[in-house]
Amino acid sequence: MAENARQAGASSDSAGPSEALVRFAEVQKSYDGISLVVKNLNLSIADGEFLTMLGPSGSGKTTCLMMLAGFETATHGHIYLDGVPINNVPPHKRDIGMVFQNYALFPHMTVAENLAFPLKVRKMGAAKVEERVNRALDMVQLGTFGGRRPGQLSGGQQQRVAVARALVFDPKLVLMDEPLGALDKQLREQMQYEIKHIHERLGITVVYVTHDQSEALTMSNRIAVFNDGIIQQLAPPSDLYERPDNSFVAQFIGENNKLTGKVTEVNVNACGVTLDSGEQVKALPVKINGVNSPTMLSLRPERVLLNPNESECDTTVLGTVEELIYLGDHIRTRMSVCGRDDFIVKVPNATERSELQPGNAVQIGWKLEDCRALDLPATD
Amino acid sequence: MLVGPLFLFILFTFFIPIGDMLFRSVENSIVTDILPRSTKLLADWDSTTNELPSEAVFAAMVADIKEGRKARTITRVGQRLNYEAPGMSSLFRSSARKTKRMKEGPYKPALIKAHKRWGKVETWKVIKQFIPKYTAGYFLAAVDAKQELNGDIVRLGDEKRIYIDLFWRTLRLSLIITALTLILGFPIAYLMAILPTKSSNLLLIFVLLPFWTSLLVRTTAWIALLQQQGVINELLVFVGLVGTDNRPQMIHNEFGAIVAMTHILLPFMVLPLFSVMKTIPKSYVRAAVSLGAHPWAAFWKVYFPGTIPGIGAGAILVFILAIGYYITPELVGGTTGTFISNRIAHHISSSLNWGLAAALGVILLGIVVALYLLYDKIVGIDNMKLG
Ligand SMILES: Nc1ncnc2c1ncn2[C@@H]1O[C@H](COP(=O)(O)OP(=O)(O)OP(=O)(O)O)[C@@H](O)[C@H]1O
Ligand SMILES: [Mg+2]
Repeated sequence: MAENARQAGASSDSAGPSEALVRFAEVQKSYDGISLVVKNLNLSIADGEFLTMLGPSGSGKTTCLMMLAGFETATHGHIYLDGVPINNVPPHKRDIGMVFQNYALFPHMTVAENLAFPLKVRKMGAAKVEERVNRALDMVQLGTFGGRRPGQLSGGQQQRVAVARALVFDPKLVLMDEPLGALDKQLREQMQYEIKHIHERLGITVVYVTHDQSEALTMSNRIAVFNDGIIQQLAPPSDLYERPDNSFVAQFIGENNKLTGKVTEVNVNACGVTLDSGEQVKALPVKINGVNSPTMLSLRPERVLLNPNESECDTTVLGTVEELIYLGDHIRTRMSVCGRDDFIVKVPNATERSELQPGNAVQIGWKLEDCRALDLPATD
Repeated sequence: MLVGPLFLFILFTFFIPIGDMLFRSVENSIVTDILPRSTKLLADWDSTTNELPSEAVFAAMVADIKEGRKARTITRVGQRLNYEAPGMSSLFRSSARKTKRMKEGPYKPALIKAHKRWGKVETWKVIKQFIPKYTAGYFLAAVDAKQELNGDIVRLGDEKRIYIDLFWRTLRLSLIITALTLILGFPIAYLMAILPTKSSNLLLIFVLLPFWTSLLVRTTAWIALLQQQGVINELLVFVGLVGTDNRPQMIHNEFGAIVAMTHILLPFMVLPLFSVMKTIPKSYVRAAVSLGAHPWAAFWKVYFPGTIPGIGAGAILVFILAIGYYITPELVGGTTGTFISNRIAHHISSSLNWGLAAALGVILLGIVVALYLLYDKIVGIDNMKLG
């Protein structure tokens, strides 16, 4: 709880009202007038930031983006752009670049005409249009493709044209809704870097939507994890992975070992938990409801130590090796620990680990701060 | 192999009738078939001297007529020649009766006595004109021209011209109808494309509903609506827009034909348009708007170009259907709203001038093919989407 508050404070510090480019203030959205798809969204996005909205399907990410772009209206609340409320500004006057999932390149225009489109509707002179278009094409390394139709380009090239088109009229803010969703893995990773570099070079603000967590982790300054129309956590990638605020984020981002139990005592920096299997462990209280409340402990697989020294660890328990999966740089070990047989430990492939054989009992342990006491997941 | 039956079907129902039509429009063997002897001799006759043919020709003609009378084919020659020169029909009919008594020569004075037209050089010139097995005469007639006896091709007098005007009217009305279906159909198709599936299906049913009603019923419904004592006129009178004595004539004229045919052909415009619009992603217009285009501009510059294949398909479909439409103009067109196909039907079923009907049909076919090629050249037939 304490940490939660600290983070909220930190984020509003770095994106205070004065420099926030975009601010959602108590925004709600309902399509049918009955259920809220976005529930009370408060979010400030700093100028120059790369913010990613990450969440499972149907969590309201696209809806938020569409409200920002002006294609959906907020049922309640205000959205500010540069400090000005834009609820009543029509989408074509918002000057927000947008990249769509299917690229939405105009098939009857050439690549160059596609790029010239936003400039021509702004009544820019022909010479200047040409210069800008060429500059944008060079930026995405498609200098010689101006005369082609979108249909004659590969998926990755179309994607780049879409990015170039969203940037060619120099918007301060660019929205991207799963722009890489249709590309294969290798191309996706390459495009992630390209988009990231363009963002850094131009100093624009990007709001990016994805449901691929590794994409979110590699690209973003901050990630807003959405679930059920609510931001579950808003934090930089490392915080999100290492210090999840609640059980949803812990399970959604990266791999997570969970142990459930009941809180027996609470101090400022530690709490005691009795696991369902009877063991007593210590954990860092993050989101618990006081003594006797149920809790889920979250432990990252790489933070669990094998045969630890007493001094290294705050908690040690005994586990049985069930299965080994050799992955080169590390060995994924599935163990039975505290009554659960889905406990994963990542063992670095450094030294010979002869005791790691299926059926062997092994001592494992972890530090108190790596074991976070969170709420129980809603459905499990 | 499996397309064999289809191939045969198309051959018998499509290519053979069209081939037959092409043939009939130039075919001209009836006169030489029925008057074999006289036409053979007549071929050597020099018509420019203005002298009657020789006794031999007259003898051959009498023999031909006698034989034709027995075979009951002689009236057909008269009918055919009558298209070119009025009076020929009665000439052959009355001569046929009188040749019975002509037992021996000289036949020349006998025949001229039987009917004085045999003594006119023009009569023989007309017959001589029919010696070639093929003729352009039907086509000339179809474009309001004819070949004079001296071989010159001249236009008919103003009062006799009908077909060229009729072709123009057919083209003009078809164009108007195509334009009207486009104007009316585009918003409907657009609505169907953007509405949620449930409402758009309902709309689709309304569009298709006319298809499920008999064409005759729909056309007569328009008569009930538009006639002078009809629903619309009564309404106009009731509202006070027109006086009861000068109700506008809205049916049995051009107006009625346009209204009824626009209604009947509307689905042929809506369906191709709809099927094309359905495939245009919503995100195109959104992208254009996000790039700064006013929604109208986005629609016009991004959405509309995407619908062109549908417009082309719908327009060509409606136009071709309209240009050959028959039933509706026949029922509601009156005299000012008839199409060329009504004239073709008249020649097939009433005047029995199949050659002229075929020539008109071939010209119509030619116009359609020419338009199709023109369309292919401008838009490209590959771009056409029917569904
Ligand atoms: N136009 C609409 N009309 C009605 N409901 C909608 C509409 N668009 C979205 N929804 C609903 O709103 C919810 C959130 O949708 P949204 O598209 O914002 O999800 P998302 O987070 O973008 O999911 P995804 O990752 O699948 O794109 C979903 O339950 C969806 O069914
Ligand atoms: Mg989405």
